[in-house]
Amino acid sequence: MNWKRAFVAVVAALPLLWLFKFGFTRNPADIPSPLPGRPAPAFALPVFATGEGPLARTVGDTLRLREFSGKVLVVNFWASWCIPCREEHEALTTSARDYIGRPVQFVGVLYNDRPADALRWIAGLGGQSYPALLDPGARMAIDYGVYGVPETFIIDPAGRITYKHTGAITRAVLHTWIDSLVSDKATRAPASRGSGR
Amino acid sequence: MSRRTIATLAALGAALCLAGPARAQDRAAQGTAPAATSAPASAPTAAGTSNSAANSAANSAADSALDERTAAVARTLRCPVCQGESIQASPSELAQQMRTLVKDRLRAGESPDQVRAYFVSKYGEWILLEPSMTGLNKLLYAFPVLLVIGGLAFVAMLVRRWTGTAASPPPSPPAP
Repeated sequence: MNWKRAFVAVVAALPLLWLFKFGFTRNPADIPSPLPGRPAPAFALPVFATGEGPLARTVGDTLRLREFSGKVLVVNFWASWCIPCREEHEALTTSARDYIGRPVQFVGVLYNDRPADALRWIAGLGGQSYPALLDPGARMAIDYGVYGVPETFIIDPAGRITYKHTGAITRAVLHTWIDSLVSDKATRAPASRGSGR
Repeated sequence: MSRRTIATLAALGAALCLAGPARAQDRAAQGTAPAATSAPASAPTAAGTSNSAANSAANSAADSALDERTAAVARTLRCPVCQGESIQASPSELAQQMRTLVKDRLRAGESPDQVRAYFVSKYGEWILLEPSMTGLNKLLYAFPVLLVIGGLAFVAMLVRRWTGTAASPPPSPPAP
């Protein structure tokens, strides 16, 4: 009789425990993005930080998504008030240099920050190899479902978002994704480009 | 005595069952309020086009109607940088920018549902403070109702058992 009761109690508790396991092992701050796999939202924003050497663009130039079709595009949302952005800056700026001469473009997008502060931040960190854009009203950020910085999007040559990274990104992650997409492109057939990876 | 207990419980249950729909009606009334006020506000726009003063008055009326429609949509969208707050309630910069975007989209002629669909397409269902009543989400809405029904059934069972034992001869008296 008592054994039977204990058995019933355990069976009743199991689904609850499973639910707890599911709930407590998830980070409530992680918002699943519906964007990977979808075409990247278009943008047309002005350059405010030039970038360096072969990657430099003129201040005030408008960069558009379609300009980068056929290239892997890395879009990094950042701000000078964001601590992890400082951490990932080195990885981004060196990775952009690593891919000079390959069909890869890095673009920074300033998120809710003053351009003067951002330029000072870049100078303080020894420069940034790739150009950065102004996003007034955070329209592009909202279009990309950004809810915090840093967030990095990797867009394949067909203009599809392949990967979204939340938090500081590393060189290893960047290289893994970019290499998979660039080699895709080397052997590309128009039909297979949409597959993403 | 036992009859009275059952009657009391039944009354309690009925009150609980009625409270749910009543609150839902409250909410529905709140939801339709902005739509109701926007109708009279747009009427002067059509009437007073010749007079510039009337026109500006109509414009401000249309503006406040748009503000209310914006607020109604903003109340249903979750602020991404807050904890369980709507973008209407949050003073954060991103929430402000989202409100502006909601307003611009409504002004451009989108319906509230289209605006919400835009945000869902960017942030997923997560952005909606109240999950939409489709698919598996229906379970979410059905669960509390089932829980109340189950609880009432359980209590009724207990009461019947207690009153049942009271009616039958008392069990053997405790041995001293």
